[in-house]
Amino acid sequence: MSQVAIIVNGKARKADVEPRMLLVHVLREQFNLTGTHLGCDTSQCGACTVLVDGRSAKSCTIFAVQADGSEVTTIEGLATDGQLHPLQKGFWDAHGLQCGYCTPGMIMSAVTLLRDTPDPTEAQIREGIAGNLCRCTGYQHIVDAIQLAAGRR
Amino acid sequence: MATTHVLPKLVGQRIKRREDPRLIQGRGTYVDDVKIVGMQHIAFKRSDIAHGRIRRLDVSVAKALEGVEAVFTGAQLAELIRPMPIGTPFPSPTHRAIAVDVVRYVGEAVAVVVARDRYVARDAVDAIVVEYEPLPAVVDLERAMTGQPAVIHADFPNNIALPQIASGTGVDASGKADDTKIDQAFAAADVVISQRMVNQRLVPNAMEPRGVVAHYEPGKGSLTMWSSTQNPHILRSMVAGMLGLGESQVRAIAPEVGGGFGAKINIYAEEYVAAAVSKALGLPVKWIEERTEAFVATTHGRDILGYVDLAATKDGKVLGLKLRLIADIGAYNMLLTAAIPTLTMLMANATYDIPAIRATLVEVFTNKTPTDAYRGAGRPEATYFVERAMDMLAAELRIDPAEVRRRNFIPSDKFPYATQMGAVYDSGDYEKALDVALAAAGWEALKAERDAARKQGRLVGLGLSMYVEVCGVGPSASLPTGGWEHAQVTVERDGRITAATGASPHGQGNETTFAQMLADQFGVPLEHVTILHGDTAVVKQGIGTFGSRSQAVGGTALVMAGARVKAKMAKFAGPLLEAHEADLVFENGIISVKGLPTSGKSFKDVASYAYVPVPLPEGLEPGLSEEAFFEPKNNTYPFGCHISMVEVDRQTGEPRLLKLVAVDDAGTLINPLIVEGQIHGGLAQGIGQALIEEAVYDEQGQLLTGSFMDYAMPRATDFPRFELQAMVTPTPVNPLGAKGVGEAGTLGSTPCLVAATVDALREFGVKHIDMSLRPEKLWRIIQGGRA
Amino acid sequence: MIPTGFEYERATSVADAVARLRASNGAAKLIAGGHSLVPLMKLRLSEPGRLIDIARIPELCGIRQVGDAIEIGAATVHHDVATSPLIATRCPMLAEAAAEIGDPQVRNRGTLGGSLAHADPSADYPAVILVLNATIHIVGPGGERVVQAATFFKDLLTVDLDPQEVIVSVRFKPVVSAGYAKLHQRASHYAIVGVAGVLDIQGGVVRSACVAVTGASTHAMRLSNVEHALAGQPLNDESIHKAASIAGAGVAVVNADVHASEEYRRAMIPVFTKRALEKARARSSA
Ligand SMILES: Cc1cc2nc3c(=O)[nH]c(=O)nc-3n(C[C@H](O)[C@H](O)[C@H](O)COP(=O)(O)OP(=O)(O)OC[C@H]3O[C@@H](n4cnc5c(N)ncnc54)[C@H](O)[C@@H]3O)c2cc1C
Ligand code: FES
Ligand code: FES
Repeated sequence: MSQVAIIVNGKARKADVEPRMLLVHVLREQFNLTGTHLGCDTSQCGACTVLVDGRSAKSCTIFAVQADGSEVTTIEGLATDGQLHPLQKGFWDAHGLQCGYCTPGMIMSAVTLLRDTPDPTEAQIREGIAGNLCRCTGYQHIVDAIQLAAGRR
Repeated sequence: MATTHVLPKLVGQRIKRREDPRLIQGRGTYVDDVKIVGMQHIAFKRSDIAHGRIRRLDVSVAKALEGVEAVFTGAQLAELIRPMPIGTPFPSPTHRAIAVDVVRYVGEAVAVVVARDRYVARDAVDAIVVEYEPLPAVVDLERAMTGQPAVIHADFPNNIALPQIASGTGVDASGKADDTKIDQAFAAADVVISQRMVNQRLVPNAMEPRGVVAHYEPGKGSLTMWSSTQNPHILRSMVAGMLGLGESQVRAIAPEVGGGFGAKINIYAEEYVAAAVSKALGLPVKWIEERTEAFVATTHGRDILGYVDLAATKDGKVLGLKLRLIADIGAYNMLLTAAIPTLTMLMANATYDIPAIRATLVEVFTNKTPTDAYRGAGRPEATYFVERAMDMLAAELRIDPAEVRRRNFIPSDKFPYATQMGAVYDSGDYEKALDVALAAAGWEALKAERDAARKQGRLVGLGLSMYVEVCGVGPSASLPTGGWEHAQVTVERDGRITAATGASPHGQGNETTFAQMLADQFGVPLEHVTILHGDTAVVKQGIGTFGSRSQAVGGTALVMAGARVKAKMAKFAGPLLEAHEADLVFENGIISVKGLPTSGKSFKDVASYAYVPVPLPEGLEPGLSEEAFFEPKNNTYPFGCHISMVEVDRQTGEPRLLKLVAVDDAGTLINPLIVEGQIHGGLAQGIGQALIEEAVYDEQGQLLTGSFMDYAMPRATDFPRFELQAMVTPTPVNPLGAKGVGEAGTLGSTPCLVAATVDALREFGVKHIDMSLRPEKLWRIIQGGRA
Repeated sequence: MIPTGFEYERATSVADAVARLRASNGAAKLIAGGHSLVPLMKLRLSEPGRLIDIARIPELCGIRQVGDAIEIGAATVHHDVATSPLIATRCPMLAEAAAEIGDPQVRNRGTLGGSLAHADPSADYPAVILVLNATIHIVGPGGERVVQAATFFKDLLTVDLDPQEVIVSVRFKPVVSAGYAKLHQRASHYAIVGVAGVLDIQGGVVRSACVAVTGASTHAMRLSNVEHALAGQPLNDESIHKAASIAGAGVAVVNADVHASEEYRRAMIPVFTKRALEKARARSSA
């Protein structure tokens, strides 16, 4: 067992983990942050995307011990003071989700996308979410949602 | 004149979804989010060969691992549960939830482990030793039909799961076929198009893999199950039957479900096993499918081989169609497996008036994952076969593909139209859909654009496809579960409305659309309506969400129940307002006398009166809660037209979708925003099938595209912006006029993309290309053309 | 999905990492971004007893100009390479290749050193590193050594690197007139074929060319016949076409899988060679 200390959504948290424990499992099972999902075991789908030290990362491809000392933001940490994040609002307004399973990861990827490219073109948006699979929406409303959040619609 | 604030009518509006706030904040509860004290994790040891006899199964090391609660083999499980049931009236071989002696596909379970957590469970699975005596793997469909290289189930000679059945012209009720008319049609033809086409095997891949939590409480003798399923009520009935429990002892909950696409209709071995193991051990257990596991353990879709013959005059009028279908159903029959290809037969007419038409079907076992429903389920295959043939006819006769179709449509004044395949198309205007699509796409201008691009040496093509779909899957005669849906509507004491529906959604937005309908029906704000679903303890009865039936069947049941409550409420309000109940209007949260809006009582006051009814109006019982079962008389038949433009890279063969226009007629729309989302999703899957998706098996029966590393799933970068246009032809089948839209997108887009690609490559003399349109395949055509 | 158990340590410096590797007697493996190793471990295709994390060693991170060369620390993530202004202006091909790796999340974690050490046959960087004639700086128990890119990639997943050694950095002379072109595998988006090309041009004539392919064979390799065909030729459509057309002719082993047969892969080498060279040419004139 190793102890890890991670600042999760602004709060310092500690957990005893086996080194082989994936970050996604620690977030979900030890910190009860079940908004981060798992959609594959080969690092392709992006359902598990969180921010690690401010940038999008697949939490299924990171051992929790690697994140010791890091800051992690999950979907639960996005809204501030009860106010939805502009991307959350965008996804709601533009119907950017159906089953909602891919949504937390999709939104976290979009956070990094908009941080890097605040005024993205449609092509840049599609590139920016290329690491996230959605089986429900055909992506069009997701693109709309991100454009909304970027003030482009 | 009303002076109060008028509540807007909600039906037909683009209302934001009510389920979203929880989902965009990570607060939805999917099955893997369910935790119960003492819960154990289960994991399956699965066969890594396609066909073989289990010679040795040693679980001793696994059992001894620290943290392992139990290990069950197939033989042990067979003592706890019955063989797997199916939902179709066709013959089926014995199928054990866990293989007892022979494994028949890669991924079939051979043992199950129960352990403290998923990490230990996985370690234990790895510690199980299995030795097999390999048997020849049956992979090739047409070889399989000759019993080669092996027979998979002893009672099914030549691997024939379903011996040939026929329907259409000249086939009588007993199935006996008289070929005279068909033969005449083909004899009279100027042209006959004949093509072998493969509608390839697909992996459904809902983003949430399957999962189940089973909690048997020995003290109560009852079982609660959470499962990522499309139909909790069916799950409850089936699990109860398998375990020998009464249905009232089983509660099934479909929590948030992360997509289904048909693959979560089936009730799976893992669900039965979890229930049985929980009962045997008296412990709650959880099983969460891994993705690579899902690739082999969750049912696949499609995989139908079609021999298509189309007879026509030189003017392009179709005289006859023969469709010989052979379905590769994999190793076993699952819940609906055998029925899916029969839907392909049912829809063999497509949108056309075809004088003589005949479809036959044979279903065949192979050593592959079983197939079952996948978005569209049988109908995309029919659309594909017929639309491809129409394109080939158009090419052969050098007629515009739109024109060939126009010459063969079922005319709009012929509805309802009984096809020779046994369907009764409810309503439609196919020519209008074509015209709307041609106009929306700018067909003539697109042709000019294509021709200009060709002059520059680019390989650009156009495709067009019509479709007609079966939705609102209905009458009880057509479904072994019954084809109705159930709803209960309650007006609470405080005037809030609670409605329970058997249509258990997984992304369709029923909490929103259903609330829109009830809010309008009762004249109350949307926020005052709560829709409950997905829990057999809350929703008394139900069938579930598949066959694009939520709105047409579930929605209708809901407004029927709503109407009953409303009628009763009017009986309470009448005396209070000193008016006849027929003269009352429900609007803006007020019940008032028609023409006297200020006379009214608030909705809430009437509701509370119904629960403390002093005095109780003559002949009334207290309370405001009613239910309804809606049994549709027919399916609904939405239709549409899709147009696409594709460019193929001359050097690499990579196809790229440049444009897609979709005109869809799903009848009356409750929420156009949600409908668009459904169409987009369907298009993505239809385009995925055409371009990149494909379950490929090798000769040993190993799935070569068995993970997201190798099975290509469409990404955002694969699509242009889809251009949608709605058409509304209401159905007479239900009072809403709604037909359903969940699967439509998968029907038209697929043949339309293949047509566009064939058109792009027409200089190489190609007439048809089987899917998926792999770059290498297209490159070979380009090479061949050059040679 | 769940790896076997292991011990985890973090190294504080390169020297510390080397010492830990040595102490583990072969049981340990380095982990940087983990984006090749973790997927393998999850599938239990790799089961190291110990992981030594080098991702946070300061001396391994960053992109620096050293004289007329650029040095990139081994633990620098793909995103930083793809978006570095220095690289964008002085060596755009490298930024282009980095931006084509996987997807945004992968680029936020995966590192240059990890990619080179792992040497996936369809990884993008190896081709680029080869044509840049980069040097790979490695520290091991015996101190530092410098390996030429040309001799680094040996075979399938095999490079000139001892299990007790750490790649510290990669150094190269930046070049503008260079391009990278890639045929994406449609599911994983790794390269079915990726070609990098550098042109040294003077007065409209190719003084020398460097061309390398990845994805096609067991490991990335130079296409010397193409290089020879270009050297001394005037730079024009014809010379590029002629040189590209023989690309891959000398490659003995060409991969075949469910995504691309050997024949198709072979045919794609000239196609992408041409595209890479055309990019290089366009950049040279810009
Ligand atoms: C979904 C996905 C898609 C991808 N797509 C692509 C793609 O398109 N193109 C592409 O090129 N790559 C792709 N990759 C691989 C990615 O680029 C990896 O990040 C990279 O190959 C390895 O870098 P890493 O830092 O993650 O290495 P790790 O996984 O940490 O390590 C890999 C190996 O290198 C060793 N190692 C790491 N650093 C050093 C060092 N400094 N010295 C010595 N040995 C070291 C480790 O011991 C290990 O054996 C993809 C990965 C994923 C998960
Ligand atoms: S769970 Fe699929 S990428 Fe992490
Ligand atoms: S909304 Fe269902 S997977 Fe994206």
